Amino acid sequence: MAREFPSDSVGLVQPRTVHFDQPLELSSGETLAGYDIVFETYGELNSARSNAVLICHALSGSHHAAGYHDADETKPGWWDNMVGPGKVIDTDRFHVVSCNNIGGCHGSTGPATINPETGIPYGPDFPIVTVPDWVQSQARLADTLNIGQWAAVIGGSLGGMQAMQWAIDFPDRLRHAVLIAAAPKLTAQNIAFNEVARQAICSDPDFHGGRYYENDSEPWRGLRLARMLGHITYLSDDLMSEKFGRDLREGRINFDYGVEFQVESYLRYQADSFAGSFDANTYLLMTKALDYFDPAAKAGGVLSSALKGVNADFMVISFTSDWRFAPYRSREIVRALHDNDLNVSYAEVESHQGHDAFLLKIPQYLDVFTAYMDRVAAGC
Amino acid sequence: MNRKIADIPNARPDYAIIAEWIRPRSRVLDLGCGDGALMRYLAERKQTTGYGLELDDKYLPQCIRNGINVIQTDLDQGLAEFDDDSFDYVLLSLTLQAMHFPARLLDEMLRVGSRGIVTFPNFGHWRARLQLGVFGKMPISRTLPHQWYDTPNIHLCTLRDFEALCRDRNIDILERRAVDHTHRTSLGLRLWPNLLGEIALYQFTRKVISRR
Repeated sequence: MAREFPSDSVGLVQPRTVHFDQPLELSSGETLAGYDIVFETYGELNSARSNAVLICHALSGSHHAAGYHDADETKPGWWDNMVGPGKVIDTDRFHVVSCNNIGGCHGSTGPATINPETGIPYGPDFPIVTVPDWVQSQARLADTLNIGQWAAVIGGSLGGMQAMQWAIDFPDRLRHAVLIAAAPKLTAQNIAFNEVARQAICSDPDFHGGRYYENDSEPWRGLRLARMLGHITYLSDDLMSEKFGRDLREGRINFDYGVEFQVESYLRYQADSFAGSFDANTYLLMTKALDYFDPAAKAGGVLSSALKGVNADFMVISFTSDWRFAPYRSREIVRALHDNDLNVSYAEVESHQGHDAFLLKIPQYLDVFTAYMDRVAAGC
Repeated sequence: MNRKIADIPNARPDYAIIAEWIRPRSRVLDLGCGDGALMRYLAERKQTTGYGLELDDKYLPQCIRNGINVIQTDLDQGLAEFDDDSFDYVLLSLTLQAMHFPARLLDEMLRVGSRGIVTFPNFGHWRARLQLGVFGKMPISRTLPHQWYDTPNIHLCTLRDFEALCRDRNIDILERRAVDHTHRTSLGLRLWPNLLGEIALYQFTRKVISRR
């Protein structure tokens, strides 16, 4: 039976997969002999091929940014709030491309893929990939799709870092970069959170050094813990107080270690749904890509030097309650951009939703983002 | 909070005066740029580049639609994110009187830019003097429409006050214009600017002090 999708939804979408035979030289010095990239597109590419927009996903994202895979899918893609006809990233105007990064677990080659050399899943042998590696692989995808220049590369969090890397590595292949809730590199505190998440996974007896696929097990407990920890850092103290406060599930404390507070129940629910659909080795790899991101490192630690040669125009957006990548981290990027006399606009959006605000429909965020996308569309 | 003293409907004439003062293709920083109309005007007429700084959320989408670079910033936090001598002109249009530290901001303007341009409502205008001097009440006018207890304008001054501050701070005034609320000037305004001027416009630079 045909299902009615909302009128501002892209509706049913079909992922596609491209195989690349050309080896990919990675930042680590290793080489990935061949690989698949799974991606989705929404909206038509115009005849000048000038209206293509690349969406880069964050730690737990995928190529499925908008619409539904089948009529039974309850939740649309992860950025459906933003992507669709008449939405901020308007599929009536833009041809949107969204891919799963290599190392991911949603269809692109990653740790769970069978290693052609051994006949078993890569597991821990899958090379660590970095943000510049992803950007290289995305550029090859663009070549395959015959997209010479993106109208914009857009991303939140780790996705924003990829957009920034695009502007550095391929200055002539994008006109605009939109960086949302991003940072120019991780702080010690950010890395510390990632390390606790990794330890949670690696110390799970079911992890088997990353070879859990062959052992027919999954480090489910570790992955759940990692997600719980991550989730706390994506929300703000204010939001958690507002959402859960000290509310009790059964209205009383039981003096035991079961689920008592609503917040505990919420975290367990989030952890269960995440661990059921995500691969632990990919989680490890994504956190490493975050930790290693530091484009300034190659330029003597000076971000504005790293941005020399960049041509793109930038929109940078941060959220006041985001303590994972706080507004001052975005301002570091803005400063480095205007040090280079680049076109940049910056909005600090008042919100209480923490880091996850970049996924949500916050009126001021939508207004600013839409105004900027109008500008992007005007140049297509 | 609306930082601007008033959204003066007929603001174009003061843009024209500012544009007259600015050399083509200059780099401009506009402090408290509002909806970005002045930056856009200068970009179109004088091919300027640069940035507008604005705190108020509601102006940001308008700035972006006006095609200017806007950076959401609280001016009272200073201009620390900008290097010395980054701009040819730093503009402050009808915002000086709303700043917590106006003198410090003037110094900052001349640190990041080689020239400053400010416009402000003249508290020495005869109508203001009449209201305070004769009626004994805080002035309310087209350019200063707020009640004393509910106003963003916490540092009001006259042309003379501003010029005294400039002398104190080693600031050289290069140009002065006093205009009425329609931003037009006249013989009277040229003769008695501090009495007849509703809005003052100044262009200034750092005084070069001889070391010998």
